[in-house]
Amino acid sequence: MSCKKIGQTLFFEKEINITSTSSFAGKKEGEGPLSKYFDFVSDDDMFGESTWEKAESKFVKLAFEKAVEKDGSKLSDLDYIVCGDLLNQCSGTVFGTRDMNVPYFGVYGACSTFGESITLGSILIECGCGKKILAGTSSHFCSAEKQFRFPLALGNQRPLSSTWTVTGSGAVILTENGKGPKIECITTGKIIDMGITDASNMGAAMAGAAVDTIVSHFKDTGRDLQYYDVVATGDLGYVGRDILIKYLEESGYKCGENLTDCGIEIFDREKQDTHSGGSGCACSAITYCGYFHKKLLDGDIKRLLIVPTGAMMSSTSGKQGESIPSIAYAISIERQ
Amino acid sequence: MDTSKKAKEEYSKIVDELTPKSKILKDVFRSFVSGGLICVFGQFLKEFFLNGGFEKEEAALLVNMVFIGIAALLTGIGLYSKLGKFCGGGTIVPITGFANSMVSSSIEAKAEGWILGIGAAMFSIAGPVIVYGITSSMVVGFIYYFVK
Repeated sequence: MSCKKIGQTLFFEKEINITSTSSFAGKKEGEGPLSKYFDFVSDDDMFGESTWEKAESKFVKLAFEKAVEKDGSKLSDLDYIVCGDLLNQCSGTVFGTRDMNVPYFGVYGACSTFGESITLGSILIECGCGKKILAGTSSHFCSAEKQFRFPLALGNQRPLSSTWTVTGSGAVILTENGKGPKIECITTGKIIDMGITDASNMGAAMAGAAVDTIVSHFKDTGRDLQYYDVVATGDLGYVGRDILIKYLEESGYKCGENLTDCGIEIFDREKQDTHSGGSGCACSAITYCGYFHKKLLDGDIKRLLIVPTGAMMSSTSGKQGESIPSIAYAISIERQ
Repeated sequence: MDTSKKAKEEYSKIVDELTPKSKILKDVFRSFVSGGLICVFGQFLKEFFLNGGFEKEEAALLVNMVFIGIAALLTGIGLYSKLGKFCGGGTIVPITGFANSMVSSSIEAKAEGWILGIGAAMFSIAGPVIVYGITSSMVVGFIYYFVK
């Protein structure tokens, strides 16, 4: 591998480009402010299937196939698929890709999976292990609630700090020497646990990891927030974003309007009653694949730092009183 | 990120400051009024059944049956969660909340089949209420037996 590593940050020698993206969104996401940027919006969260899990896998299948189709290639052109999701044993993406007949890496980074998939996909290309790789992820509000929280029809109240898991699937095609925005460098996060135990305040649990990765990225690269046109965290929501700003400013990094969060961008908080914002693997994935990618192509954004964040607890660890370990991956993407 | 004990305590304080709090007065008021209205409706039903010639115990059982039926129906058509969002404790504490917890768990488990799905999941939320309800009634029963 010829890439340069400074601290936690990898600078790629090879030209690794995002040559296509696809974003499939659920009904609620389709009613949000980013609706027109998605490739497809389903008007039914069951997506014509008999279970939410099957619906999620169908989202994966169609979104991944669409990314390949938009790239002008075939599934057989892919060297690897790197993907994961929130469900146990990553079954959402496993079942979605089982008929694709492409070498597969299943990864789990909770809601940061999009970042982890792109990171590992880029490293595979840099190492010369492949020239075309699909990195993708999915999440589904209903299947995630079923696994991690309460039944949907239960008459309880959601706390104001809670976030809304995004339904959808997003994928990027990474190509060596392709045409499209370039993966310039990636800062891999460490597991950070700030002792938060409240599973309905994921933004607070993940903000510490976002601070750690972003500060490490700035130290390794000698950059600051102003270097980028947009710095977008994955799914900290309003609560996590406020914590992030407080800590970044304390660390000496001035935060401006270019700092945002995919969970804030994807929903209209007031009209859609999503409390602290959106979350889930698909939150950063479809926000990038639909919205930011188009902004990069159009030239509205030239340098983007996208920082998918993940809360790495399990439904068992929470019951056993464990706090929530979190992670964040920072990916610098530049318009070519 | 400093993850020392002191830094975590400081972080926790900042999280508390920046996390929006529930509006307790509004929530309590809504719970009180909605829970109260459910009880008034229950009393109305009880009087109705008593006037219809039922014994006191039979009338109480019928009230429960009507409440459970209504809660199950509203859960099934997706209205109970909306009601619960507005009423909070007002629709959780009465027997309607118990019915809602069983029906909502069952609906989600339907895909896993009748035995390992619905049969196993039906009491996933209601189970602890039954276990500790019976346990505490036994404790109170013992005390009552010896103190009487």
